Amino acid sequence: MYDIATTEKTVEQQVTKISARDVQVYYGESHAIKDVNVDIEDKTVTAFIGPSGCGKSTFLRCLNRMNDTIDICKVKGEILLDGENIYDPKVDPVQLRAKVGMVFQKPNPFPKSIYDNIAYGPRIHGLARNKAELDEIVEKSLRRGAIWNEVKDRLDAPGTGLSGGQQQRLCIARAIATEPEVLLMDEPCSALDPIATAQVEELIDELRQNYSVVIVTHSMQQAARVSQKTAFFHLGNLVEFGETGQIFTNPEDPRTESYITGRIG
Amino acid sequence: MTDISQNGSTPRKHGETLMKLTARTKRRNAAERRFQAYGIAAIAAGLLMLAILVVNIVGNGYGAFTQTFVTLDVTLDAAKLDKKGQRNLDDIKKVSTFGYAPLIQKAIEAKVAALGVKTDLKPKDMAALLSKGAPAQLRDYVLEHPDAIGKTLSFRFLANSRVDGYLKGRVTRHSIENDKNISVPQLDLTDQLVKAGVIEKTFNSEFILGSDASDQRPEAAGIGTSMLGSLFMMLVVLALSLPIGVAASIFLEEFAPKAWWTDVIEVNISNLAAVPSIVFGILGLAVFINYMNQPMSAPLVGGLVLTLMTLPTIIISTRAALKAVPPSIRDAALGVGASKMQAVFHHVLPLAAPGILTGTIIGLAQALGETAPLLLIGMVGFIASNPPDSLAAGLMEPNSAMPAQIYEWAKRADPAFYERAWGGIIILLVFLVTMNTLAVILRRRFERRW
Ligand SMILES: Nc1ncnc2c1ncn2[C@@H]1O[C@H](COP(=O)(O)OP(=O)(O)O)[C@@H](O)[C@H]1O
Ligand SMILES: [Mg+2]
Repeated sequence: MYDIATTEKTVEQQVTKISARDVQVYYGESHAIKDVNVDIEDKTVTAFIGPSGCGKSTFLRCLNRMNDTIDICKVKGEILLDGENIYDPKVDPVQLRAKVGMVFQKPNPFPKSIYDNIAYGPRIHGLARNKAELDEIVEKSLRRGAIWNEVKDRLDAPGTGLSGGQQQRLCIARAIATEPEVLLMDEPCSALDPIATAQVEELIDELRQNYSVVIVTHSMQQAARVSQKTAFFHLGNLVEFGETGQIFTNPEDPRTESYITGRIG
Repeated sequence: MTDISQNGSTPRKHGETLMKLTARTKRRNAAERRFQAYGIAAIAAGLLMLAILVVNIVGNGYGAFTQTFVTLDVTLDAAKLDKKGQRNLDDIKKVSTFGYAPLIQKAIEAKVAALGVKTDLKPKDMAALLSKGAPAQLRDYVLEHPDAIGKTLSFRFLANSRVDGYLKGRVTRHSIENDKNISVPQLDLTDQLVKAGVIEKTFNSEFILGSDASDQRPEAAGIGTSMLGSLFMMLVVLALSLPIGVAASIFLEEFAPKAWWTDVIEVNISNLAAVPSIVFGILGLAVFINYMNQPMSAPLVGGLVLTLMTLPTIIISTRAALKAVPPSIRDAALGVGASKMQAVFHHVLPLAAPGILTGTIIGLAQALGETAPLLLIGMVGFIASNPPDSLAAGLMEPNSAMPAQIYEWAKRADPAFYERAWGGIIILLVFLVTMNTLAVILRRRFERRW
């Protein structure tokens, strides 16, 4: 067993931010997500773990309808954000994605200046009325992304010129800049070295103050370190969902236990 | 593990020295050297061909950039040009070019006499050293400057193409045995006049700027007007194929669903790129000229036909450029709440722009060099003798194009035109090489910025 250092973080009574009801996802004929029901809480870090190919990314991408961009992908069921079904025909995915930001596995800054990377979202959503306000948003986002001190002197430098860890924090800052309520992260540290990983994890813990964070990770230690809730996926099923400490020390399902003890994966 | 070789040589034993090459290694190294030698030989052969081509073209064509001129003092005899003496333009116009020929004959006779050159030639045969267009040149000048009548002025006339060819070495005393246009005494006189500085060969800007001339006056023919024809066609091609091609590519690459009909379109675009250009020519003839009643020989129609040809090139290269933009950039834009169109126009298109531009330039270069479709829409032949004076005229009035002009010259009997054809090829190649170089530079400079 891993030496898991989940201190008993007191999780106060939380409001549900997202709730998924009977979600099915199909890629053409293949059934990638089967009957998933889950409640994701506000101001909480929820980790999705599971063997690769089990559907973690697929389910995460349902939460901001990024799956819409894949032609063959069909989603069934309901996903409620603050009680509203985001798959309702009246909902425009573009508006949704401003509320539910996303950070990707590989850092993907725009090949533009650091400033423009952050300012892009606010610009297209009309969040700033003038240059001063935009400057303010950029600074605030970079500060929250814990990268302000490293880039404040070179905002005009290209975002692609930063190191991998800096790029990922830039991407997090970019996601924050549109004032989202939920932040989705798909293996945000898998392309990073341990030091950069530690910085991003620290940042995730801070983000919990303001956002509901959902993070996909293949590292169980990372899940244990950053999350309060953990969901274990296996072959498209949500096998177990609960307090992180609970899942790692005392899993209910034998499949969860096999996975965290390293027998499946 | 045993190393089982195909040709059954003994497997390498443990403890063998590395200081000696095994037979197997030697064979392998020899094969590699042989292959490299083949490669170098292939490249050398290619370079040799290129060198031969360039030497040939420049050797044959550079003569077109120089031209022989005859400088004479012509007395604009008032008694002949303006009998009434009132300098009335209408009266002056009544004198045709035939009326000017005697003035030139007198001028050259006087010159020859003044130089003390002995010759049995009649003044008429002396004047034959000049271009057949010389009287017309004189007349044009007089009509523009009626005040000059009565004065003696120095004029610079084009020499006849035979005289020009003689100075360039194309025409010899031997080669003119059966030539009715020039005789040995005329060449003797030419030698004398060259010595006296009356006849000289200089740079010929008229070849680059001027218009085509009739069969009788190869010395006056220039490629300038057909260059304008090409320019107007390229304007049409650019204005149509770039927006249409880019819009089609963006739709196919970024928006269209993967379905059977997009596959059909895809296959058809590839097929279109392989269609012989003459097919587009006959299509242009049928659709634009016969059906839509557009004028024959107009650069507008030429441009439309070449647009059809260029579109597949632009679409294919634009789609390749769009495909080369990593999907993560689209994800990033969509992830912050950009719409699909915003993602494409704000992020994908700027990154693809160099590739699109490169494809466009290459497509234009292809279109610029295309001749076959122009044959069918009447852009080949002796067409324009004056450059167009406005955009509308440039698009609608009959004109030729550079490659069509070259073809036309190469087709004419007089070897003097042959030289022009080579000269035209030099100019065309300068354009094509410039455009392709630009495309390469663009591609190099903007390669993968992410
Ligand atoms: N774009 C796609 N098209 C078709 N099948 C896909 C696509 N993306 C994922 N899948 C399939 O869906 C299943 C879940 O994939 P994914 O969500 O990426 O797993 P994870 O993120 O847990 O590794 C896999 O079997 C995968 O092959
Ligand atoms: Mg994944």
